[in-house]
Amino acid sequence: MNFDFSDEQKQLRDEARKFLTEKCSPKAVRAVLDGKASYDRELWQGLAEMGFLGVAIPENYGGAGAGHLELCVIAEEMGRALAPVPFSSTVYLAAEALLIAGSDVQKQKWLPKIAKGEAIGTLALFEGKGNPSPQAVKLAASGNALTGVKMPVADGAIADFAIVVARTGSGGRDSDISLYLAELKGEGVETKALSNIDPTRGQAEITFKNAKAEPLGRVGDGWSILTQVLDRAAVLMAFEQVGGSDRALEMGRDYALDRIAFGRPIGSFQAVKHMLADMYVSATLARSNSYYGAWALSTNSSELPEAAAAARISATQAFQHCAKNNIQVHGGMGFTWEFDCHMFYRRANATALGLGSLSYWEDQLIDRMRKKNAA
Amino acid sequence: MNFEDTPQEAAFRAEARAWITANAPKQYEDELRKSSLGRTRLEGANVLEVAKAWQKKKADAGWACLHWPKDYGGRGSSPIERVIWQQEEGAFGKLSAMFIIGHGMCGPTMMAFASEEQKRHYLPPLASGENVWCQLFSEPSAGSDVAGLRTRAEKRGDDWIVNGQKIWTSGAHYSDYGILLTRTDPTAPKHKGLTMFFLDMKSPGVEVRPIKQASGQSDFNEVYFSDVKIPDAQRLGNVNDGWNVALTTLMNERMSIGAGVATGFPELFEFCNNLMLEDGLAIDDRNVRSKLANWAVRASGLKYTSLRAISALSKGERPGPENSIGKLVAGAMIQEVAMFALDLEGAAGVLNGPEAELAGKFQAMLLRAPGTRVEGGTDEIMRNIIAERVLGLPGDVRVDKDLPFNQIPTKGRA
Amino acid sequence: MNFDDTPQEAAFRAEARKWIDANAPKELEAELSKSSLGRIRLQKHDIVDVAKRWQKKKSDAGWACLHWPKDYGGRGASPVERVIWQQEEGVYGKLTQPFQIGEGMCGPTVMAYGSEADKRRYLPKLASGEEIWCQLFSEPAGGSDVAGLRTRAEKKGDEWVINGQKIWTSGAHYSDYGILITRTDPNVPKHKGLTMFYINMKSPGVEVKPIKQANGMQEFNEVFFTDLRVQDSQRLGAVGDGWNVSLTTLMNERMSIGARLATGFSEIFDFCSSLMTEDGLAIDDSATRSKLASWAVRNSGLKYTSYRAISALSKGERPGPENSIGKLVAGTMLQDIATYAMDLEGAAGVLNDPNVAEAAGQFQQMLLSSPSTRIAGGTDEILRNIIAERVLGLPGDIRVDKDVPFNKIPTKGR
Repeated sequence: MNFDFSDEQKQLRDEARKFLTEKCSPKAVRAVLDGKASYDRELWQGLAEMGFLGVAIPENYGGAGAGHLELCVIAEEMGRALAPVPFSSTVYLAAEALLIAGSDVQKQKWLPKIAKGEAIGTLALFEGKGNPSPQAVKLAASGNALTGVKMPVADGAIADFAIVVARTGSGGRDSDISLYLAELKGEGVETKALSNIDPTRGQAEITFKNAKAEPLGRVGDGWSILTQVLDRAAVLMAFEQVGGSDRALEMGRDYALDRIAFGRPIGSFQAVKHMLADMYVSATLARSNSYYGAWALSTNSSELPEAAAAARISATQAFQHCAKNNIQVHGGMGFTWEFDCHMFYRRANATALGLGSLSYWEDQLIDRMRKKNAA
Repeated sequence: MNFEDTPQEAAFRAEARAWITANAPKQYEDELRKSSLGRTRLEGANVLEVAKAWQKKKADAGWACLHWPKDYGGRGSSPIERVIWQQEEGAFGKLSAMFIIGHGMCGPTMMAFASEEQKRHYLPPLASGENVWCQLFSEPSAGSDVAGLRTRAEKRGDDWIVNGQKIWTSGAHYSDYGILLTRTDPTAPKHKGLTMFFLDMKSPGVEVRPIKQASGQSDFNEVYFSDVKIPDAQRLGNVNDGWNVALTTLMNERMSIGAGVATGFPELFEFCNNLMLEDGLAIDDRNVRSKLANWAVRASGLKYTSLRAISALSKGERPGPENSIGKLVAGAMIQEVAMFALDLEGAAGVLNGPEAELAGKFQAMLLRAPGTRVEGGTDEIMRNIIAERVLGLPGDVRVDKDLPFNQIPTKGRA
Repeated sequence: MNFDDTPQEAAFRAEARKWIDANAPKELEAELSKSSLGRIRLQKHDIVDVAKRWQKKKSDAGWACLHWPKDYGGRGASPVERVIWQQEEGVYGKLTQPFQIGEGMCGPTVMAYGSEADKRRYLPKLASGEEIWCQLFSEPAGGSDVAGLRTRAEKKGDEWVINGQKIWTSGAHYSDYGILITRTDPNVPKHKGLTMFYINMKSPGVEVKPIKQANGMQEFNEVFFTDLRVQDSQRLGAVGDGWNVSLTTLMNERMSIGARLATGFSEIFDFCSSLMTEDGLAIDDSATRSKLASWAVRNSGLKYTSYRAISALSKGERPGPENSIGKLVAGTMLQDIATYAMDLEGAAGVLNDPNVAEAAGQFQQMLLSSPSTRIAGGTDEILRNIIAERVLGLPGDIRVDKDVPFNKIPTKGR
């Protein structure tokens, strides 16, 4: 047994941290936050050049052919840096869906572009409020044409293509759902950016009107593929959340060491100290659960569904907890636009919802534990 | 990152499993598996005797205190082998409860500070369970503030004469030896006037009285010392250096990783999986599921945190005080879990006799849980440890730090 | 114990209701009733203009600052009458927001320390909303530790010359006057070298800069003083006694009971009552119900705690710091409620465009604004200290800076 990343993986982490510290400073994040750009193009290109976008894409599809553990390492660093790029949509969702279910032609067409930073992809799943469920999918595929409205779609306004969850049967069964790959710059597709609580990651509404698309995987297999994609993304997103939690905790710790009140560093008061200790506990539990998720993901273990849900819940809670109490430790300054605390608070609450909400994953986890228990 | 055994690990596991299958007291397996926090009872048998017999059997075959050197009764195993052993020992591991303090705290302290001769004499019977050890640190006026202790040791010739009182001593009533922290210089600041000894619990002048706990049980004792004579040869570490010796002991306590802390989660999950409510199985209720999911990820988080620590240890890294999170998380959790289980039982949740659900398992857990949040370092002390040793925050302002011990106030208000 | 009006109270209520019916700006009722924490926006009107008009109208008819003496622009009403007025004023009460600091803090301070001439000059216009007041206490280096402030006032003849910076001043940009606490002697311990003044915000040397908050809004300001000249007659209280004067101000803030405290409960209850999920109405889900029930009792607990305080006040008892629980409970609750509402919305919970988002984005706005509730006017941690020390009588934190001259207190942690 070895429940840790290897030395090579840790070296990759150091490289990624160094790169992101340089290219993705809070100032760079703010350029997107303030609406000066929809994402950081230069950073996106840099990530491609470093080989980070294709780290888990096989070499024959233009990637680095490393693996999911390496991708987890990168994801954590992206979370720490609050990277304002469509990384999770493109890499965790679109690329993973292609890897799981794409035909060789589809993979040849899109994966190299993703690795080179030439294509942005996303997953178009939700249709308004609510969590993932076959019944909630109304957008219909007829022949190879899609009609319906998806929203919110993460990074939908800047994406070149989307994996679209579509209805091909009339019931509420899993087999009534299929996945399609649609180019978003083509005819019959309209995208509209939507305002959201974390402007550093865009959200959009996409309207398909008889838009051309091609099936991804077999018709009728959509829900089962989607479930696998969401599980993988849950682990990868958990690493982003763990990275964000750690950074928020460090910011709080540093401020508590520097800030004086009543003649003492505020970190010497138990009220503040214990708040930080509790943040550390959340962050540690989340990291450990995420490691288990990483192992299950990288070995394609049958434990992935349970491990992914546990990582997702734990990391969501930790990031929300650390981000909100980081503001609290900073006091009034933490509530200014000028301080970076709110960027973590926004990201924490946005990532809590993107793959389905906390209560959805809670439900999933217990379902999956029960299934395992019964087996 | 992998969870698979290496070939060596697999061989070790197979050997352990074969031995356990052939030797474990199978007749108790079922009862042991059902026992949880606040309750290890065996029908028609004395737990103490069963535990000692199992420990001796393990020691004879080289399966006791696996990570200790062979010369001192151990096996010289790696941290991972120890974990594999624990996984294979399973429910029978619950029988080691009475030896945990001896193996986890007293033994390592002896190993670090006793003479070679003493180590060869005392450690093997400690490992084999023939001798049970206890730890005499806490006092009525020194709980979280261990260094506030007042038990006095005074030098008379080659001996020390000890007078005072300890409290919260687990297993003192069945222990053969103990390690004892005393005050040898009350005019020095409090951390600087302490000295550590080990002693025979059957020495004249040692009196053990059980404490009846809030839960109604008696796992702990008060221990009184009246002119107890301890030879200077039984001193551990230098005179007045007892605080540093105690830190070794306490650090070892926190390093006893892999020692799976009870969270109550598996019990609750199983309970909810079987409990029929008005509207169906408890586990089908959204509210129940939401709560279970939250506890599930805390329990798994603890499990994997301890696996990470073992990995670090096996690579020669020293696991840090990060492990303090275990008891902090588990203590609060087991209390919440027990309360929720009672809530699910409705008004009948108050019953804890034979007619209670699961024979009152969660009721026993509820009543025992407050102790978990206090013993071995309160939640508040654990948070201080995390904040100071992990996060590097400043310590509390200590008003008693440089005061001579006998000038520190002893009452909060007049 | 009864919650019914006495005949006198009923008569007062009828009179208030009738006047409000006849005079309130009904065209804004719908917009005002929809506004919640972090958002009072009127489509076509400037909120300060509308608020000033309503306040003036109330004042002309004797309905402003009800509990103040008539000579100073009030009505001399009883505490219970004041509560009745607030109940009847309903959503229009949200329009008093720009005046709350003036009425609750500045007014009472001027009443206690101003000259009779000052009181007659300033208080009626404060009550009528013609002149808005702000409070200049917090500084970058003196947040929770208010007495750590550094804004310097130096005596030059009959005048004081003031230099420094304040922060978190609500409404400084539309205020006419302010009460300002300054340091007049940096060589004495920090609480002893402070002096309070009132100032004209339009004086030369006063510069107001808005602060952009984490939620994107601008409700607070930084205020810079450069050689601001203030007459000695504008001093409130003795030189060096500013700390005691400020305690009057702060105590009045905490006594402004019956003040509407947003908890988010009615919003989440309404939301869950009408939200259709896959499995039916949200409020039919057991997990949702459990959460709603916990929030409901905290909400009602706060409401009735404030009723108890009003009862005490009307019997001439001085309500104590028990009211500190209000903001402490409400702050966390708002944050939890906003998070849960967004969770119920699923992935669409990230959207915050009022035209697209569920419930017009009010929970997203609540989420982004709620951190400030846990900080502004005393952080959660300071409020817990107040409860522990002033209600429960526990000792204060050890103050290492208490007897140290202000200019010797460290300003950096590392």
